[in-house]
Amino acid sequence: MNQTVIRAEALRKVYGEGDTELIALRDVSIAVERGEVAALLGPSGSGKSTLLTALGFLNLPERGKIWLDERLVVADGRALADLAAVRRTSVGFVFQKANLIPFLTARENVLLALQLNDQVGRAADARARELLGYLGLADRVDHYPEQLSGGQQQRVAIARALANRPPLLLADEPTAALDSHRGRDVMELFRRIAHEQGSAVIVVTHDHRTLDVFDTIHEMEDGVLTRRPPIAQSQQEASA
Amino acid sequence: MNLAWKDIRRQKLRFVFTGLGLGLLFSIVLAMGGIYRGMVADATMLIDAVGADLWVVQRDTRGPFAERSTVPRVLEDRLRVVDGVASAENFTYATIQRGDVAHPVRIGVVGLSWPNNRGDDLPLISGRALGGAHREMIVDRTLGLELGARVPLGDDVYEVVGITKGFVSSGGDALAFVTERDADAILGWMAPESRRLAGGQRPAVLPSAVVVKLLPGVRAEDVQARLAEWPDVTVWTAGEQRDLLLRGVIDKARQQIGLFRTLLSIVSAIIVALILYNMTVAKSYEIALLKLMGARTRVVVGMILQQSLLLGAIGYGMAVAIGSVAFEQFPRRVVVGPVELGGLAVLVAVICVLASVAGIVRALRIPPTLVLAG
Repeated sequence: MNQTVIRAEALRKVYGEGDTELIALRDVSIAVERGEVAALLGPSGSGKSTLLTALGFLNLPERGKIWLDERLVVADGRALADLAAVRRTSVGFVFQKANLIPFLTARENVLLALQLNDQVGRAADARARELLGYLGLADRVDHYPEQLSGGQQQRVAIARALANRPPLLLADEPTAALDSHRGRDVMELFRRIAHEQGSAVIVVTHDHRTLDVFDTIHEMEDGVLTRRPPIAQSQQEASA
Repeated sequence: MNLAWKDIRRQKLRFVFTGLGLGLLFSIVLAMGGIYRGMVADATMLIDAVGADLWVVQRDTRGPFAERSTVPRVLEDRLRVVDGVASAENFTYATIQRGDVAHPVRIGVVGLSWPNNRGDDLPLISGRALGGAHREMIVDRTLGLELGARVPLGDDVYEVVGITKGFVSSGGDALAFVTERDADAILGWMAPESRRLAGGQRPAVLPSAVVVKLLPGVRAEDVQARLAEWPDVTVWTAGEQRDLLLRGVIDKARQQIGLFRTLLSIVSAIIVALILYNMTVAKSYEIALLKLMGARTRVVVGMILQQSLLLGAIGYGMAVAIGSVAFEQFPRRVVVGPVELGGLAVLVAVICVLASVAGIVRALRIPPTLVLAG
């Protein structure tokens, strides 16, 4: 039975007030299950990043509720748990830029995520090496970010995001800085991670060429979220 | 994995130069303490070397190191017959200045009570004690004279027969030891014309004090109380003479140095704070990333605090290294012992902790969403 990892209901977020008021989220609801890869589409300023930061417990909406693994974490602008601890243990982030710590090697960048979660020693080191190997970077573990290509840096960032086996992986335009070939590789990697490791993955993307990778597609416009049928289903409907 | 150390390791050169700058600053703080300790050591060196139990000086004066004091030449004879007194010797001390305006040479002249005191107790680094009643002198090496050098003073020429090391007055002037009679001749010297105008008489130079040593088991306070009844003298114990010197002669210097040291410490704290603040600003992105990844506050605070203390440790090490080389070249004695080193270590630690507050406050205000801003 599929299990919902992240569920949000009736999220509302407003920036500014009066004439400058901007409603970034208008009663947005979303649920993503374990093993599901969800795409979040939409033009710039539509509220995608606001939703992503709300689901990543970085930015609290004024209204609405967010559950993680069936546990209510945020309700109407109030945190019901230590959000830093929730992010540390349960959420992995990947960004447009790799955002690696420049003074740490690839292995140390991954180890950092483990260390922040109190995982140290040989087991942590083995986990870091295992992840980097899984992502094809076994021969780059002791390289500094400046010694890696953009694609390799992004894979280190993914390894770091996965280090603590988070049930939720959030990615904000992770392929924007990559060419189309490498971009597709990364998207397929997310799919593999979701399916093999059982994580729920939400990816903000503008790249429509890779939408076939996703299980569900959500589109945002002016703070309103709508669900589109996945590409495979769309193609079936079109041929019918 | 220590983030603070990793960051420092990546920017070794920058840290070393920053540490060097701090080291120079801390070395001045260290020097200030060392100079004060040096002044105390200089000021008390002669008192300690004389080793008297009592200093008998002119009535109602604080002794030869504080003000002019003269006592009758026969006072030493009167004191020798006092119960409990082992020895009593005249002590003559005055500072003279020779050389020209551009290169003045100041010398603290000490008259030894020949032949009882030939300077045998002085810590000579070369040469010997006084061997004759006239025209011999023992000088401190800071005067730059060699053994056998001949020094014209007054009507006579004195031969340097012994050299001491670091034997200076409370003012930092080198001490020269001659016999009491020679000291009279040097200190009472007048130019021929002045002497002629004075009717051919040379002014009598009286001893500054009589230094008294007591028999074993005799309490200095008891003898002091007895001598207090004498109407022409004031008696100070060695401890009192020491305190008078420290509280009177070098107290203002101590306050001055203390204030300067406090100001330097504040300046150091501000500089360290600015460095740490700038380092924190430069790492805003990394700090935001750590917070986004859910790092506990203590991880971020610890990183800044550790870097601050590491920077302080580098600065401290540099200060000690600089001091060990540079302080020898200072014109006045700089005494740096475990107390000064320990004191500086504590001061640096306090400065670093206080200075890191600005950086920590800044770090705690960095929003994790800064990472998303790109």
